[in-house]
This record gives sequence, structure tokens and C-alpha cells, in this order.
Amino acid sequence: MSEINRRGLLAGAAATAAFGALPVWQARAQAQNTIRIGVLNDQSGLYRDVNGPGSVSCVRQAIADSGVTQRGINVEVLVGDHQNRPDVGSNIARQWMDRDGVDVILDVPTSSVALAINTVVRERNKIFLNSSAATSDLTGAQCSPNTIHWTYDTYMLAKSTGGAMVRAGGDTWFFLTADYAFGHALERDTSNFVRAAGGRVLGGVRTPFPGTDFSGFLVQAQASRAKVIGLANAGGDTINSIKQAAEFGLTRRGVKLAALLMFISDVHSLGLETAQGLVCTETFYWDLNDRTRAFTQRVLPSMPNQLRPGMGQAGCYSAVIHYLKAVADMGAQQAKASGIETVNRMKAMPTDDDAMGQGSIRPDGRRIQPSYLFEVKSPGESRGAWDYYKLLQTTPAEEAFRPLSEGGCSLVRS
Amino acid sequence: MDEIFGIPAPLLFGQLLLGLINGAFYALLSLGLAVIFGMLNVINFTHGAQFMLGAFVAWAMLNFLGLGYWWALLLAPIVVGLFGVLLERTMISKLYKLDHLYGLLLTFGVGLIIEGLVRNEFGSSGLPYRIPPELSGAWDLGFMFMPVYRGWVVIVALVACIATWLVIERTRIGSYLRAATENPALVQAFGINVPRMMTLTYGAGVALAAFAGVLAAPIYSVNPQMGSNLIIIVFAVVVIGGMGSILGSVLTGFGLGIVEGLTKVFYPEASATVIFVVMAIVLLLRPAGLFGRA
Repeated sequence: MSEINRRGLLAGAAATAAFGALPVWQARAQAQNTIRIGVLNDQSGLYRDVNGPGSVSCVRQAIADSGVTQRGINVEVLVGDHQNRPDVGSNIARQWMDRDGVDVILDVPTSSVALAINTVVRERNKIFLNSSAATSDLTGAQCSPNTIHWTYDTYMLAKSTGGAMVRAGGDTWFFLTADYAFGHALERDTSNFVRAAGGRVLGGVRTPFPGTDFSGFLVQAQASRAKVIGLANAGGDTINSIKQAAEFGLTRRGVKLAALLMFISDVHSLGLETAQGLVCTETFYWDLNDRTRAFTQRVLPSMPNQLRPGMGQAGCYSAVIHYLKAVADMGAQQAKASGIETVNRMKAMPTDDDAMGQGSIRPDGRRIQPSYLFEVKSPGESRGAWDYYKLLQTTPAEEAFRPLSEGGCSLVRS
Repeated sequence: MDEIFGIPAPLLFGQLLLGLINGAFYALLSLGLAVIFGMLNVINFTHGAQFMLGAFVAWAMLNFLGLGYWWALLLAPIVVGLFGVLLERTMISKLYKLDHLYGLLLTFGVGLIIEGLVRNEFGSSGLPYRIPPELSGAWDLGFMFMPVYRGWVVIVALVACIATWLVIERTRIGSYLRAATENPALVQAFGINVPRMMTLTYGAGVALAAFAGVLAAPIYSVNPQMGSNLIIIVFAVVVIGGMGSILGSVLTGFGLGIVEGLTKVFYPEASATVIFVVMAIVLLLRPAGLFGRA
């Protein structure tokens, strides 16, 4: 017998021995007790700091804090980079669910990708827990019995930030809108609030996404003589808009900027010198209360670049805690069997965790909780690293989000 | 108020001026690319990452060494240029005898690696960098409000472009460069060290990218993807101008900045696409580019 053949035989024998050691029934039982969570977000582009690896850290923290492992339930985490492209995102999600046995798709920023995943998950009766996408269509016209929209949405941002700006006298608006599903939804929802409050929308531009130079658009906004420039964009687009608005002296001459979606990492990137005085709306701030501080303390060591968690990431933590409660309640096997059943169980229980506090999930899949309107502190007011926000106003959960009857969701029976 | 094509004249003038400013960045970046391609025959896809490195080195100098904008404008191009020299010596020089495609793939890969490393270290949302106090403030031009810093960018970019053109067209070293582009073997036979010249040319092209990066730091978000957003447009500029044509890339850079600025008024959604439409048309009518030699 030649050397190669003998080695081949030995390897074969070893493999047989290994399989023999683990009886088939035991392997199957283990698979049935294993929950697979696929974190699908932007790992390498402009939204990376807002969700990215930070969301994964929060998910792992949630699994550790939930204590399900001690009850014999294994939880595996898969991570995917959708590059903010609906085609890439849907492909990964399909592969995960069809081949790798993933039960939950989690996070998914970028509204265009989220809407695509929403359909893919529903077709397979799995679970879609969306934390980081903004479009209110996820619980409106495109709502699904398999989806829970966890952290925030365009309606809630528009109501809190938009409403506050109009009340402060900003009754004429011009929009800089990122030219995709998210920007359009945010512009639409904010315009409705501005008009309802007696304000007027004087115009707007759809800006290519992602953009670098916004000065041309800002000059158009200024020419409209609107009192408020609504930034219906996010991430690097928002940062560039704010930076360049300051450069072109818009803010100094009394024009107000409404950063309709701004995360704490954006403020960190701008620096307080440029960002001071801006208002924004979030559902989580690390320094909000003792529970959020405790949560931040626990997760901080594993956060990339020592970033404080933002609301999208905190939402991932909260969603996983709640999902695993339902799994522990139903048993892993049953929780894996039907996405709709598990989502219904989640809807039946109130949510409660350190990061997002108490909340509840409505029949249309919207999780509701209070929203917070913050103002960015000036460098003089800030007492230390990441001390960026002061709380201006809290909107109670029942008022913060779009009323159940107005979303046009087919799951809501009138 | 006077209107041109239904747009108020002041707004149109404003957009023309802003287009010119963006054109200054396109010109500065495409200039470096054109110099490198003309001399080395390498399509330098690392250019965007090198532009970004310029901005990040400026930030690092301020935060770790306390060196402000003016020092960064001088030193960051040198630091990044030296990195370019190292890259050329250790990797790119091995590929000169092969097809263009290999150089393109190598530089593309290196660019992605640099971007990934910077993103790992600093995150994606960017770092703050302020306009130097000497250049803050703005002029009221009547039809628009013009930040002093943007005016500075146009002037510096123009000076850098003219200086580069003069060095290549009017100096002895420039004549060696041009000769070596035509026939490297012959130039080498005259006792001129062609490989060293190529290394220095690559370093200088990279330094130009880093210089543009420092100029961009106070007005654009300093983040790892700032180069890749811009570089695709800059490649279109180089192609439209004619690969390797220095004057072509500078004029096209400013010209396309203006075209883009006007598109932002008439049809904003298309402002990211218009340059590629121009590229397609130019390639159909003049495959060698506007200023290229067929």
C-alpha cells in the first residue's frame, strides 16, 4: 500500500470514529436547540459606526445577559455585510435562511435593503427584527406578520424633531433629501407634520447618495429663504451637510438646520464646536439613566474603537433580549418552527431591558417606547468624553409613533 | 430679478462658482493620476486612498503632534509621498513589464486594504478637522456668500496645476521625464537613471493626492471612504481629458466641476451621473479623450 493510500484510510477511519462518538439523534437534538441569529448590516461603509460591528457586540452582550445558554439553548451569531445594496442583502438573507438555518435576521439599516429583506423573510416564515432602518413603511403599507420594527422610524423622527422646530418658529422648510427610500419617507413624514402645524414647505432637492459636496444644494436652500433646512439624510451625508452649512455661514445668519436623523457617532465625528445647538431625536442615549449607563458599562469593552453604543445598536440588544425571552418561553424547537407564532408571542409580552427600558409591540409590528428630543451641548457644557446631549423633551410611547389606524397596515383590523 | 432658463441669475452664478471649486479638487486629483499614467503606464487605483491618507495624516499631526493646518499642508504630502515611493519600489515596479491590468488590480487591492485598515482603526463616521482661523470667514459677493476657504482652495489648486505643468513642460528634469515616457531604453542609454525617475514621479503623483486630501479635510467629512466617493469621478475626468494628458486633465477637471454644478440646479438627482454621461459621449466621438493623442 502506498503512503498516500494508507493516509487516506487512516483519515477515513478517524472520521468514522468521530461520527460514531456523536449519535445521530444527539446531533439532531442539538440542531433543534440551536437558535441562529444573522446580524445583517453595513460592516464596511458609511453606516458602519452607527450599526456595523457595534451591533454585533450588543447582540453578544444580549445573549450573555439573557442566560438562555444555562437553560440548554445554544445561540449562534452570523454576521453579514450588505454594503447598503438591496441585491446583496437579499442574497445573504436567502442563503442564511435556505442553507444555514438562520431563524432571525437582525438590524438591517438602509431602508431600501430593509424593505427587500422584509419580503424575503415573510416568504420563508422566519423572523425579521429591524433595529436600524428608518422607513415607516415597514409597519405601514408594507407591514408583515414576521417583522418587528424595533428602535425608531421616520414618522417618530419627523414628529419629534419636526414638531419641535415648527413650535420654535421654523414655519418655512426646504429639504435636502437623500435620493432613496429612506430619504423620501423621512421627507414625506416631516412635510406632513410641518403642514399640519401650519408651516409651509418651500421646496427641496433630491441629492445623490452618498454625496460629498452639498454646498450647491445648501446655496439653493438658502435662495428659497426658508427658515429651516430639513436634512432628510443620514451618516456621512448629514455630517457633510452640517459641516458645509456652517462653512457657508447659513447657521450664523439665522437659518436653522433640522438634522432629522442624527446619531451620537455623527455628533462625535462633527465635534461639539460644529454640532452645538443642533436638536435630534433618539430612543436611546447611553447617559440617560442608571440602566442605560449600566448597559453601556457592560458592552463598552467590546465596542469597536471605544464608540459609545447608539440607538440602532442598543435596539439590537433590546430585540435579542426580548426574542430570547420568547424562545425560552416557547422552547427552542417550537420557536424555530414558525416565525409568525414566535413574533405573535413577542407581541403578547411587554419588552423590558436595560438599554431601551419598557415598551410594547403593536399588532402592526411597531415596537413603541418614549422618544427623546435632545440638544447637542456646547463645548463649555460638556463635562467629559461623550457627554454630548441634554434632554429637551420626552414624548410618551403612545404619542411618539404613528397611530395604529393611520399606517394602512393590513394586519390591523378596524 | 433676472432669470436664465427659469433659474434666478444669482443662483446660477453661485452654482458656477461652486462647480469651479469642486472642479479644483477634480483637477488636482486627476493631475496626479495623469502624471503617473503618462510616466509609469500604471492606472493608480490607490489614488483615492492616498487622498484620504493625506486628510488623516493632517488630523493625526494636529491631534498627536500639535501641528496645525499649515504644517500639514507641507508635511502630509511628503509623508504620504514617501509611502508612495515605498509602494512603488516594493510592488508596483515589479509589474511594469506586464499588461496595464495587473498594475490596476494591484493598486486597487492596496487601496482597499488601506481603506479597511483606516476604517478598523478610526471607524467610518469620520473625524473633526476645523478650517484654520486665518481662512475662516466669508465674502459677500452679492449673488452669494463665498467662504474664504473655498477661494483659497481654487487659488492653491490652480497654482499647483500650473507649477506641475511648468515642471514637466519647461524644465530639464521635465524633458527627461517626457523623453523617458517615449523611449525609456534610449534615455537610460544617455546615463539617466530611469527607474529612480519613475519612483520619484510616482511619489510626486501620490503627494499631489495627499495635498488635495489636506485641502479637503476642513470642508469634507474626514472618513475612510472619502477617497472612494471621489475617485470614480476623477477617473472619468482623466478618461474624458485623455489618458496621460496633463493639460487635458486639468481643464477637464474644472470643466466637469462646472457641468456638475449646473446639473445640481436643473436636475439634482442626476448630478452624480452627469459626468459619466459626458464620458460615454466623449468616448463614442473621440475615443482618445478630448486632449488625448489617438
